[in-house]
Amino acid sequence: MPGITREEVAHLARLARLELKPEELDHFAGQLDDIIGAVARVSEVADQDVPPTSHPLPLTNVMRPDEVRPSLTPEQALSGAPAQEQQRFKVPQILGEE
Amino acid sequence: MTTTTDLVSYEDALASYDPVMGLEVHVELGTKTKMFCGCSTSLGADPNTQTCPVCLGLPGALPVVNATGVESAIRIGLALNCEIAEWCRFARKNYFYPDMPKNFQTSQYDEPIAFNGYLDVQLEDGETFRVEIERAHMEEDTGKSTHVGGATGRIHGASHSLLDYNRAGIPLIEIVTKPIEGAGERAPEVARAYVRELREVIRALGVSEARMEMGQMRCDVNLSLRPNGTEKFGTRSETKNVNSLRSVERAARFEIQRHAAVLSSGGTIVQETRHFHEDTGSTTSGRVKEEAEDYRYFPEPDLVPVAPSREWVEEIRASLPELPLVRRNRLREEWGISGTDMQAILNAGALDPIVATIDAGADAASARKWWMGELARSANESGKALDELAITPEQVARVTELVAKGDLNDKLARQVIEGVLAGEGTPDEVVDKRGLKVVSDEGALTAAVDEAIAGNPAIADKIRGGKVAAAGALVGAVMKATRGQADAARVKELILQKLGVEEG
Amino acid sequence: MTDIIKLTAAETAARIASGELTAVEVTEAHLARIEAVDEKVHAFLHVDREGALAQARAVDAKRERGEKLGPLAGVPLALKDIFTTEGVPTTVGSKILEGWIPPYDATLTKRLKAADVVILGKTNMDEFAMGSSTENSAYGPTGNPWDLTRIPGGSGGGSSAALAAHMAPLAIGTDTGGSIRQPAAVTGTVGVKPTYGAVSRYGMVAFSSSLDQGGPCARTVLDAALLHEVIAGHDPMDSTSIDAPVPPVVEAARNGSVEGMRVGVVKQFRGEGYQAGVVQRFDESVALLKDLGAEIVELDCPSFDLALSAYYLIAPSECSSNLARFDGLRYGLRTGDDGTHSAEEVTSLTREAGFGPEVKRRVMLGTYALSSGYYDAYYGSAQKVRTLIKQDFDKAFEQVDVIVSPTTPTTAFPIGERADDPMAMYLADLCTIPTNLAGNAAMSLPCGLAPEDNLPVGLQIIAPVMKDDRLYKVGAAVEAAFVEKWGHPLLEEAPSL
Ligand SMILES: [Mg+2]
Ligand SMILES: [Zn+2]
Repeated sequence: MPGITREEVAHLARLARLELKPEELDHFAGQLDDIIGAVARVSEVADQDVPPTSHPLPLTNVMRPDEVRPSLTPEQALSGAPAQEQQRFKVPQILGEE
Repeated sequence: MTTTTDLVSYEDALASYDPVMGLEVHVELGTKTKMFCGCSTSLGADPNTQTCPVCLGLPGALPVVNATGVESAIRIGLALNCEIAEWCRFARKNYFYPDMPKNFQTSQYDEPIAFNGYLDVQLEDGETFRVEIERAHMEEDTGKSTHVGGATGRIHGASHSLLDYNRAGIPLIEIVTKPIEGAGERAPEVARAYVRELREVIRALGVSEARMEMGQMRCDVNLSLRPNGTEKFGTRSETKNVNSLRSVERAARFEIQRHAAVLSSGGTIVQETRHFHEDTGSTTSGRVKEEAEDYRYFPEPDLVPVAPSREWVEEIRASLPELPLVRRNRLREEWGISGTDMQAILNAGALDPIVATIDAGADAASARKWWMGELARSANESGKALDELAITPEQVARVTELVAKGDLNDKLARQVIEGVLAGEGTPDEVVDKRGLKVVSDEGALTAAVDEAIAGNPAIADKIRGGKVAAAGALVGAVMKATRGQADAARVKELILQKLGVEEG
Repeated sequence: MTDIIKLTAAETAARIASGELTAVEVTEAHLARIEAVDEKVHAFLHVDREGALAQARAVDAKRERGEKLGPLAGVPLALKDIFTTEGVPTTVGSKILEGWIPPYDATLTKRLKAADVVILGKTNMDEFAMGSSTENSAYGPTGNPWDLTRIPGGSGGGSSAALAAHMAPLAIGTDTGGSIRQPAAVTGTVGVKPTYGAVSRYGMVAFSSSLDQGGPCARTVLDAALLHEVIAGHDPMDSTSIDAPVPPVVEAARNGSVEGMRVGVVKQFRGEGYQAGVVQRFDESVALLKDLGAEIVELDCPSFDLALSAYYLIAPSECSSNLARFDGLRYGLRTGDDGTHSAEEVTSLTREAGFGPEVKRRVMLGTYALSSGYYDAYYGSAQKVRTLIKQDFDKAFEQVDVIVSPTTPTTAFPIGERADDPMAMYLADLCTIPTNLAGNAAMSLPCGLAPEDNLPVGLQIIAPVMKDDRLYKVGAAVEAAFVEKWGHPLLEEAPSL
């Protein structure tokens, strides 16, 4: 398994939206490398013909009927908003467009 | 952003290159509630009044799947001739964006609920083209942002944005075609015909109104060119959120010309998203990503797999309505009209009103005549869709009945319809209120005919002399005197009778 | 009169029901205890004095009107600060949610209120439940009442410390990799991780959705069972909630016995890294079980050796996605919104300022494990390990009724000792993690003090999925035998604060 470089940590931090400080990049690079090195042994089973388990219990088809339930009031919905305007969440300018 | 784009002519582009298209259509389902919570989906509510911990992505909240959303997805899948998964899961598509409360979209990844289908679409000249469907999967819509402070309300130059999450979590079905090859110069037309046919199917299934102008159906057009005679696909561009049938066609056409210009001048196409502009009919470059997309999809651990039983799937299949293309071909034959006529009816959105009018007792020809004539004109003038007009198919059928009985002539019938549209009541009420019945009182008619003959002796003489065609002028005079309420055919009969002329 | 705060929950409820005590008296006694000792322990992040007293008064009024009271009516409880409480701050031990007041109650919160349990306040925890020591709380560590310089376990160290220091007879924890059982073990209390899906996760702030499970914490096995019954049961708001009757845990706790039971001992749960005194107390527990009539069966579960590795891929992966919603836009902290930064930048600045180092570490680890190109090797393989672990458990439970092990390899370590050594910290959950991966149930209860440091050692009992009652049946028998042997509950040996 490849070692984790400082650049890779910077890339991960961008994907994860963490504005890491330079010293954090170094620190985490070392630690993540250690952790990945230790846990990489799971790939021992990569070739085994075993189905993956994503849910601990074998439940299927849990659904609800299409019935309206009460929503929050807009006051409740916006109660934690760091900023609001016109009953909407106010956020700084959005740069990219998805 | 580039403001000018070199193009080559469409003909020149096609002379050298073969277009390959992929169409991704998002349809908002018309369920009562959102995909993963019980909030209402009704339109036009005040901002953030239809939100809850789940669709706001509050800490601790968990999703639960809307059963009707799943059923609708299966209906769509079956109508598109897809296989329905025996077992599939939701997945999280991870990316940050302010209109998405959880910063991941609950979607489906490598296990869509429906896959491997096709949709036959009809082109303007009646030719049928088969579009292969890759998959149809379930996901959720995002909230809506309003950009404030910029001159145009657009994202650029805005100082901040305001977010309303009423739309966040509304169920979406994303329908993805396989690469559409072999359409050649008709590719843009195929794109348009496909989206239109898909819209008809969705509406016929009753799973969504699929109004493109309201964003209930949105299309991404992926397009690439390859040199004629080659196999390998070229690099594609993705034109996002094209929101009308006409724009779908124009966007495809524009991209063909743009790609051809780039390629023929030795350039390379950048894989990027592009935006279509209604006003200019052109596309411009969207975000060029500095880093490759990495959505880090993984199975949604807060939801359990969906495993539609075969019984359920067959039950749904049995409940599917007649599909639009089949129905259109049947009606076209029943009515004995051409493919072009049928196309015109479809373009006008008149098919359902016409059928409903026939169901209400009208004959097919009359129903077509009124909806494609008077009513289409009226809708056009008021900028409404036919089914938004203030007249029901039953009322139109009643008008045709009155005409058939001879109580109204066409001119009067038009006035009746005008009255109904103006909110004056039912056809019968309008007839009463406006006094629009055909004058069939022979006494009154005879008096009016006598008066017309007396007032136009020269014309009367001509008629006596055998110029039957001149009778039209006297008929006109009688109609004027009776304010159009006379039966013109009867008037002419009376005039000729009075003047002792036999019609030839 | 016996000191109110030393009573068990069962006794407290009985005395309130009989009128011997009022709920207000009981609540005030606990609030006074908190006042007196929590400055030293720091178990609570928020004490809801008014709310608790209001709830207590409502219970007393109900009793006066002759209405039926629930089995835990009027009993105070310490709630881990990971469950939302309408109108009461919920921080998950993180700066990023400082000051957030949820507009809704978690299902578990609703059930506690409906059962007339008195919620005293919210307890300290490792930030977002990531940790085994409560040192990762943004609001400072909690001390272990046995030795305030040592950790009370984690992530639910606030809840275990509140119990051990008699600030509440009941508490709620959550267990993703051992966060209920490990704190119980190192504080000499009882903690149960129910079967995954037994207790609703709705309103429990997610760390790792497929592993997280809320559960009861108490000082006795019966108290844990009474609380288990209140909080467990199907919830339509949680798609992963089990739609089946709750196993008869209270009945089991009242009828403890291991007579004729087959008890498994897994060979992978010992060896390097296990403290001698822990192994000694565990071996004595096994001998005790045998004396009580159990048959001991040696088991081999080879895939357990991969459990820790699988866990440290699955949990970070899920958390990297679960924690994406903390972006400074809709609730909680916002940093850098000074008119010069975009929404994207404000999100990055907020997360940088609002998350502690362990959370950042795991978010990045998970982002890495899910990245294209690494997914199959890491996340995909970890899920295969999960299958193998389930298969090992399935095979084991063909041979035995329950499995026992030490809950943790060591007793409580000093605060600060493993703070910057994540791998050493992760070892604290060596014995508890396989259960989370497989989804079955487990309990930790005290089995003595390690001779070398006089600190509590936990015995873990593991049962199959939905056989949570077996934990209580075995636990109650072991507890009774130990109390008889010691002449008193273990906690009596804790130094007074
Ligand atoms: Mg999509
Ligand atoms: Zn909602």
